[in-house]
Amino acid sequence: MNTTILLFLLQDGITNGAIYALLGLALVLVFAVTRIILIPQGEFITFGALTYASLSAGQMPGTIKLAVAMGVVAFAFDLFTFRKALDARRVLRSIAVNIVFPLAIWGVMWALGGRPGNIALNIALSLLIVAAIGLYLYRIAFQPIAHTSVLVLLIASVGCHLALQGFGLVFFGAEGQRGPAISSDAITIGALRFTGQSIAVYGITIALIVGLWLFFGYTLYGKALRATAVNRLGARLVGIRTSLSGQIAFLLASVIGAISGILIVPITTLYYDTGFLIGLKGFIAAIIGGLVSYPLTAAAAILVGCVEAFSSFYASNYKEVIVFTLILPVLVLRSLAAPAVEEEKD
Amino acid sequence: MTSRILPILVFALVMATIPFVPGVPPFWIVLLDNIGLAALVAMGLVLLTGVGGLTSFGQAAFCGFGAYTTAYLTTAYGMSPWLTLPMSLIVSGLAAVLLGIITMRLSGHYLPLGTIAWGISLFYLFSKLEFLGRNDGISGIPPLSIGNWKMLDPGSIYFPIWIAVIICALLSMNLLDSRTGRAIRALRRGHIAAEAFGVQTARAKLLVFIYAAVLAGLSGWLYAHFQRAANPTPFGPHLGIEYLFIAVVGGAGYVWGGVLGAAVVVILKEVLQSYLPLIFGGGGGQLETIVFGILLVTLLQLAPTGMWPWLTAWLPSGDSRKRPAPADALPARNDHRPDTGVLLQVDKARKQFGGVVAVNDVSFNVQAREIVALIGPNGAGKSTTFNLITGVLAATAGKVAVLGKSVSGAPPQEIVKLGIARTFQHVKLVPDMTVLENVALGAHLRGRSGAIASMLRLDRADEAKLLAEAAKQIERVGLGDQMNQLAGSLSLGQQRIVEIARALCVDPMLLLLDEPAAGLRHMEKQQLASLLRQLRDGGMSVLLVEHDMGFVMNLANRIVVLDFGTKIAEGTPADIKTNPDVIKAYLGAVA
Repeated sequence: MNTTILLFLLQDGITNGAIYALLGLALVLVFAVTRIILIPQGEFITFGALTYASLSAGQMPGTIKLAVAMGVVAFAFDLFTFRKALDARRVLRSIAVNIVFPLAIWGVMWALGGRPGNIALNIALSLLIVAAIGLYLYRIAFQPIAHTSVLVLLIASVGCHLALQGFGLVFFGAEGQRGPAISSDAITIGALRFTGQSIAVYGITIALIVGLWLFFGYTLYGKALRATAVNRLGARLVGIRTSLSGQIAFLLASVIGAISGILIVPITTLYYDTGFLIGLKGFIAAIIGGLVSYPLTAAAAILVGCVEAFSSFYASNYKEVIVFTLILPVLVLRSLAAPAVEEEKD
Repeated sequence: MTSRILPILVFALVMATIPFVPGVPPFWIVLLDNIGLAALVAMGLVLLTGVGGLTSFGQAAFCGFGAYTTAYLTTAYGMSPWLTLPMSLIVSGLAAVLLGIITMRLSGHYLPLGTIAWGISLFYLFSKLEFLGRNDGISGIPPLSIGNWKMLDPGSIYFPIWIAVIICALLSMNLLDSRTGRAIRALRRGHIAAEAFGVQTARAKLLVFIYAAVLAGLSGWLYAHFQRAANPTPFGPHLGIEYLFIAVVGGAGYVWGGVLGAAVVVILKEVLQSYLPLIFGGGGGQLETIVFGILLVTLLQLAPTGMWPWLTAWLPSGDSRKRPAPADALPARNDHRPDTGVLLQVDKARKQFGGVVAVNDVSFNVQAREIVALIGPNGAGKSTTFNLITGVLAATAGKVAVLGKSVSGAPPQEIVKLGIARTFQHVKLVPDMTVLENVALGAHLRGRSGAIASMLRLDRADEAKLLAEAAKQIERVGLGDQMNQLAGSLSLGQQRIVEIARALCVDPMLLLLDEPAAGLRHMEKQQLASLLRQLRDGGMSVLLVEHDMGFVMNLANRIVVLDFGTKIAEGTPADIKTNPDVIKAYLGAVA
């Protein structure tokens, strides 16, 4: 092996690893706050990426209709919850969040009239649509069963994944799509060529990690989320609305998923079901990070990306086998290091 | 006995007649074949996940081991399918041993995620290996045959599939209703209680994991001879996920929930596949997954525990089982319990958690036929001392000796073998097991039937003795009327008493009780005190932690007082009542 190949593989691995890091962080976030293992994370990726690609191609993506429809259902759920004490303020707030918000996005897209807008606008619209879907997904599918066991939540999560993946096929077809790069510039350092896209990947990943760190360390909502993660009942007793925490977690996770999708869709062709596998690699990173530590997850994600790059070079047939088996030695080390601690299970 | 077997017999008869009913479309038989195949895997998951609390997404991979083993051996070496059956089961079982040793130690959410990872990894491995035919798999697998009868069509393989389902359901139910079964059912509530009564939890987990894998392997073996081909697709992560939700939809805690779930999911998918395009005018496959996903989420919101308990709630509930039939007494544990002398010696025991010294060089002993009370304000280190004695925690320094022999570093399972049984400050019963079953867990070490014997019902004599012993101890503590109630339905005070009965099932020489009187009414406390006196007079020693001073002062022979981890006094109740250090610790310094 020569140094050039080594550097190329490393570069490739780090770029992919940065994406996995984002996904891993989102998974950790959602799990810590809601105990939900977010299988539909993969759909947030594809929805973000393919919505962006469709918008760039001047098409109206089907995801906006889904967002509007889910908003209506979420509103109905809210009304049902409020039925004992119908209070105008809460209803108005629910209308604003569940009805007006998605309709407003649709309105903007309508106004554009199918002309491909500029890249920034398309990205913003894609993020908003996926954010809405993530928010309503929590409201509809998970909030009513938030108190049940991790297993039930996990199965519900699988159900959401199946339904959303089916919608993905309806909206975007079986054909793969690519989106325009955020920047077409490139710089060359030595033998390595850094495209604007890959620099954007690094920059946005670092910015998001710092942003999450600031959010959790220094804002009231961030601290409320952490409190919910540690003890739901305790958090409720001190006045934190745990359902709101869950909604925020899903909002953040869906936005992060969509950003990841938008970042990779110019690099690789995405299909309606690609997100699942990408999301799973984020999982591997999250598990290696122990589902609790953000920096460890980020480091593990880079490792996963690099292992993937190197194994696709040396043993491309066994690439997935190697990546997914990577987790086993880590799990063994983990279980040797920390013997099972007694937990009060419900 | 008959009430247990009869419904299964009826079910078996119904299933046996279905293929002969004129007019049954052949397509229904295919569906039933698929239901049976899925039910086998789901049944394993019921034991693993619903009962044992260990979630696995990787069961499809074990089907793959079963299917590929027979596919390879029958095509490459021309072996008879009946010969490959044990091979398939052994290969899936061995794979489970390897994966289980790695993953079963993981707790909580690591476990399901770990299983997703190796599930996917194995799927890719199947689809890349040359000798397994890569993505195309292996075709031309011979059909099952008996003599000249070749089971070529879905109608004939129907019989082996459903015979397997019914036999496995029986074996699974037998297993759950046994000594080993109780150990498995106790796993879901954490390790400490099970280990305190001698259950080797790691081994129990591995056992149920292997059992589930072997059932999946059996399903894979049948599948290979049903399809007469094997390719990687049905052994991938999506199917692994599907098996798990079959179990959850059906009712993950119930053996028949697995069968019901398989029926619901397989039929639902079929109905969606054939009717949705009619309703929506084409559209094809994607609608099916959408509706299927949405229905799944809806179902979970309506019935989070699955459909089986929801369905059986409509049936008239059978009479709850009566007191177990009297049986030969269990032999006493063969230890030489002395009539005098020191049973338990705690010598300068010390436990540090980081910088906090929870137990600070505490020394005391418990003599034969003596009730010793350990008292002290909250946070004095009483429960930690209990955990040091029973091996739940390892002491940082110092020594614990039983009958003069050091037991420092011994695990809880060894301590209980010496005749030291305990209860817990925070009750650790399995709420969805009856009082009788919970208490019988205490006699775990006094039975010897293993998993295989239990499945084949060879354990009945042993089991009858265990249950009779449990019933005896329950009546001894005065809860005879609650014997067949679920432990979770009792009041907290009664649950503490159930814990005492469970500890008595060990046939202990020393009983460790952590706040036994908390939550009891006055009369109940008096009954408890007289029970403990009676036990002492019968030759047992008791070490108890308690806050109720009236209870302690009237009962204990000796009292040891801890404060901030340090022993500040020891003596008779009369001494302790007037000890200035004790008064200071409880009431603060006199101004």
